[in-house]
Amino acid sequence: MNAAGSIVGTRAIGGCDPEAAICARGIVRDFEAGQSTIRVLHGIDCDIRPGEMTYIVGESGSGKTTLISIMCGILYPTAGEVRVFGTDIYKLSDSDLVRFRLHNIGFIFQQYNLIPSIDAAANAAVPLIAQGVPREEARERAKVLLERLNIGDQADKLPRQLSGGQQQRVAIARALVHAPRLVVCDEPTAALDASSGRRVMDLLREVAIAPDRACIIVTHDNRIFDLADRIIALEDGRITHDGTAMPDDH
Amino acid sequence: MLWIAIRMLTGDAQKFYGLLFGIGFSTLLITQQMTIFINLIERGASGVFNAPEAQVWVMDPVSRTTDVSFPMPATALDKVRSVEGVEWAVPHLRAAANVRTKEGDLEGVAVIGVDDATLIGLPKRMVAGDKTVLFAPDSVVIDDVGTTRLFSDGGQALGERLELNDQRAVIRGIADAIPSFTSQVVLYTRYSNALNYVPGTRNRMTFVLAGVREGESPQAVAARIEKETGLKAQTHDEFARAGINFIIENTGIPTNFGITVFLGFVVGVAIVGLTFSLFLRDNIKQFGALKAIGVTNGKIVQMVAVQAGLVGLIGYALGVVGTVLFLKAFGGNPFFKGFYIPWQIPLISLAAVVVILAITGFIAIRSVLKTEPAAVFR
Ligand SMILES: Nc1ncnc2c1ncn2[C@@H]1O[C@H](COP(=O)(O)OP(=O)(O)OP(=O)(O)O)[C@@H](O)[C@H]1O
Ligand SMILES: [Mg+2]
Repeated sequence: MNAAGSIVGTRAIGGCDPEAAICARGIVRDFEAGQSTIRVLHGIDCDIRPGEMTYIVGESGSGKTTLISIMCGILYPTAGEVRVFGTDIYKLSDSDLVRFRLHNIGFIFQQYNLIPSIDAAANAAVPLIAQGVPREEARERAKVLLERLNIGDQADKLPRQLSGGQQQRVAIARALVHAPRLVVCDEPTAALDASSGRRVMDLLREVAIAPDRACIIVTHDNRIFDLADRIIALEDGRITHDGTAMPDDH
Repeated sequence: MLWIAIRMLTGDAQKFYGLLFGIGFSTLLITQQMTIFINLIERGASGVFNAPEAQVWVMDPVSRTTDVSFPMPATALDKVRSVEGVEWAVPHLRAAANVRTKEGDLEGVAVIGVDDATLIGLPKRMVAGDKTVLFAPDSVVIDDVGTTRLFSDGGQALGERLELNDQRAVIRGIADAIPSFTSQVVLYTRYSNALNYVPGTRNRMTFVLAGVREGESPQAVAARIEKETGLKAQTHDEFARAGINFIIENTGIPTNFGITVFLGFVVGVAIVGLTFSLFLRDNIKQFGALKAIGVTNGKIVQMVAVQAGLVGLIGYALGVVGTVLFLKAFGGNPFFKGFYIPWQIPLISLAAVVVILAITGFIAIRSVLKTEPAAVFR
């Protein structure tokens, strides 16, 4: 953002690869649980590179969702800094952070969270509409993406008229329609059988990976680990593995 | 985004209609009850409205309304006439009497004696017959709602003979009059006739109706009459007001209608509040997703406001139209004769709708605003 901010940021975040899509340093996150405080993330450092599909894996409760939420700007860390394409996102004002997400981040939610009363094209067009793109133009752009996802013929249907897999494609289209530089995805295959899971991940690789775009996928579905470019494993809020493949003990 | 907000709302037909029903029902209840209330208490002034020519009403100091009055000596008329600024003054008699109908039924009626020469004291318009029919002997004019009361079998009123306090009276005209609070039958006749119909006490002139000279204000003349004659004098508006106040003070009507209006409001808050909260809760995941994607809280508030506004506008319109239709449907019923909706009432119910939606929207939206965007990953 502003020059002063970036100098301060560069100083504060040591060893940040200037090419990195996400550079997280010293991420700590505590949750209040009644009287006590639980530390879920214990000072995470990690870089996410563009052009790659990065998996964050780990057992249930290890902090995957918490980490990804912090990395994409929807959950404030208790301590630490996150730079997304050079912007120190938690130094932004609330409204600037919202705007930053709107223009830079695509989300794929496990439950899709489509709006039931608008058709597939309009659902996929939501980020554009929120950006202020005229509705018809936004729809047309969304339809192009639906074509690429092979559900162009479903564009005028309401979510409830679509199968689960088709709904997920609409959700994927919504995550990509505004050409975000970062795509995040929590458990995309949790509800799917093995072969549909692979199909979705193949599809994601095909449409989501771009040289200047990073893609982070949270999963504990080891059936699809081989589709990752890079795997980061979490255990009790600490990174225990970071490499191109999963170590055998997982 | 606002388009999406509207689609979210109308897409959930069940809740959308529930909300419309809640607002529409509240509006109907509030508008309709207030309309009836206002029209009903205004009937306390029907006696004043039915004698539109009178600019000043002069009466005994203890008299309060057209129906709660004490007669004055006949000399009062000349006293009033001699007051500066009085253009004309005529005697006016109001008394209770009994009528025996042809079928032998007994009915309490009000006898109104209007000025023999000018017929001042009669309602402005006639439904049947001409005002001059009163110049015929034994002639009376009945008010239109009174005919439905006296001739409930739909029989012809004109030419009908009545036994009015044991004396002969013939109905020769029907006046277009505003019914009184009790919808009592009213018979108009000339003052000199009325003196015959109403058994004699010494004083029988209940009012003197007066007009003021050009350039004089009724207030000033009324004040002058009071000062110079020791009688009580009120302008048309003041005396109408007194009749309305009498109803307000002496009946349980304001309380009863007040309770109904309040209940309409509470029902509105309850139905709309519950439905709206349910609607937003059903959509909380979608709102959370929108927040994560990058829709500001301000925009979310706008979305909910548009939803509330749409429901409010349509529901309100339905409620007001419902009230109008109600009055139309019952327009033939003498009870509702002359009912109108004062312009303030739709404004008041609109304000009530706004308050209902503001309260319920405010409560319902808090859950949406409190939803953390991070909750969408859960
Ligand atoms: N809002 C919250 N309030 C309190 N505790 C929380 C909250 N969110 C997460 N936690 C706790 O933080 C820990 C990590 O949660 P997180 O959702 O990040 O795990 P996860 O790795 O995504 O697990 P899963 O695979 O089951 O989705 C858990 O113990 C959870 O109970
Ligand atoms: Mg999780």
